[in-house]
Amino acid sequence: MGRFLRLLIVLAVFMGAVAWWLTAPKTVPDDFLAGLSGDQEAGEVVFHASGCASCHSAPDASGEAMLVLAGGRGFASPFGTFYAPNISTDPVAGIGDWSATDLANAMIHGTSPDGQHYYPAFPYASYRKIAPQDVVNLRAYLATLPADQTESRDHDVGFPFNIRRSLGGWKVLFAGKDYVQPAPDAVLERGRYLVEVLGHCAECHTPRNALGGLQRDKWMEGAPHPSGKGSFPAITPSKLQWSQGDLVAFFQSGLTPEFDSTGGEMTEVIDNLRQLPVSDQEAIAAYLLALD
Amino acid sequence: MIKKIALVAAASAIAATTVWAGGHSSPEAQAVKARQSHMQLYAFNLGILGGMARGNAEYDADAASAAAANLAALAAMAQAAYWPMGTDNESMEGTKALPALWSDFAGAAKIGGDLAAASASLAETAGDGLEALQAGMGPVGGACGACHRTYRQSDN
Repeated sequence: MGRFLRLLIVLAVFMGAVAWWLTAPKTVPDDFLAGLSGDQEAGEVVFHASGCASCHSAPDASGEAMLVLAGGRGFASPFGTFYAPNISTDPVAGIGDWSATDLANAMIHGTSPDGQHYYPAFPYASYRKIAPQDVVNLRAYLATLPADQTESRDHDVGFPFNIRRSLGGWKVLFAGKDYVQPAPDAVLERGRYLVEVLGHCAECHTPRNALGGLQRDKWMEGAPHPSGKGSFPAITPSKLQWSQGDLVAFFQSGLTPEFDSTGGEMTEVIDNLRQLPVSDQEAIAAYLLALD
Repeated sequence: MIKKIALVAAASAIAATTVWAGGHSSPEAQAVKARQSHMQLYAFNLGILGGMARGNAEYDADAASAAAANLAALAAMAQAAYWPMGTDNESMEGTKALPALWSDFAGAAKIGGDLAAASASLAETAGDGLEALQAGMGPVGGACGACHRTYRQSDN
């Protein structure tokens, strides 16, 4: 065996170790939530701003039933169909036995309590910057919601996307990123947090590359629907041409300035947005108007 | 050579027919146009009411009552003929109506009933002041959204 070949093998093993280390699921530091206690009422705002119920309620749920987070909705994509899991308070079928730290690891790093990668259909690439206080508030609010025993359904994802470890590579490329927009004042900072983090607006309104990563240089410029039919509109001010008042009225009513009523997934987003304080609705509008 | 000329002629004839057919709407395309026009009338009248409700226009009891009466009249119209089979967005271009509308026609019809009831009640109260108008608009908008949520392709 030549020296060169031996060197090559050593190098390959080393690269493999680095790749394995890079793709390992990450967790938050032990003291991340130290000293914090949850406020249910504040957690309700986080819940609506983050749109939890839009994905995790049962298929076809509406009204009060939106608070039963039984899971089961399917999300078709070029990589397969993802099914939202049960995140109700049931300790077996849901996440009733999760600590606030478990929730932080899931939302910030896309890591499950048993150390697995979640698929980015769960928008942890957006939630990455959720404030520690908001995590414990959300945990406190989720604990007030009903338990449901529906078993979570397995995702329908083919090779190679069914190898969860490979998601570590995806995360290296596309998750844990910094903010896209500057936030020169307090309103824009709140708007940025609501849009770029909790509201995860870009997950639909920004186009993706072939690997499913957001094209951050085309921020909010609109994107095709992942099912292949329909699209998500551009929401930059030059494309949308809506005023601050138009935007806030839309968040409250779902009616566009032309008095068309919004459709599809956005109706559920409106159901969430209309439950936010008006100051938050205004902050979201201010953020959008500051784009491009 | 003659074969070639015949081929070109046949191709031109087919192309010409296609163009001609495109100029005349199919019954399906006409149905789509009719329902979209109907939607436009909803939006226009809702716009009059919404302008007042949002404070962009001065409240005018007569104008509000008239617009709400229009909405109620529109919602009460028989519209089944607008929605023939084969006019979903899988079957043809130019519509955002999802096949789900036909697989669950009863669900859509129920929302249509909700819209008729909400707009009839709005027509009775829209003239009673700005607050009554604002309160009555909620259920109307809710019915619009309920239908678009399930039966219209995502586009906005």
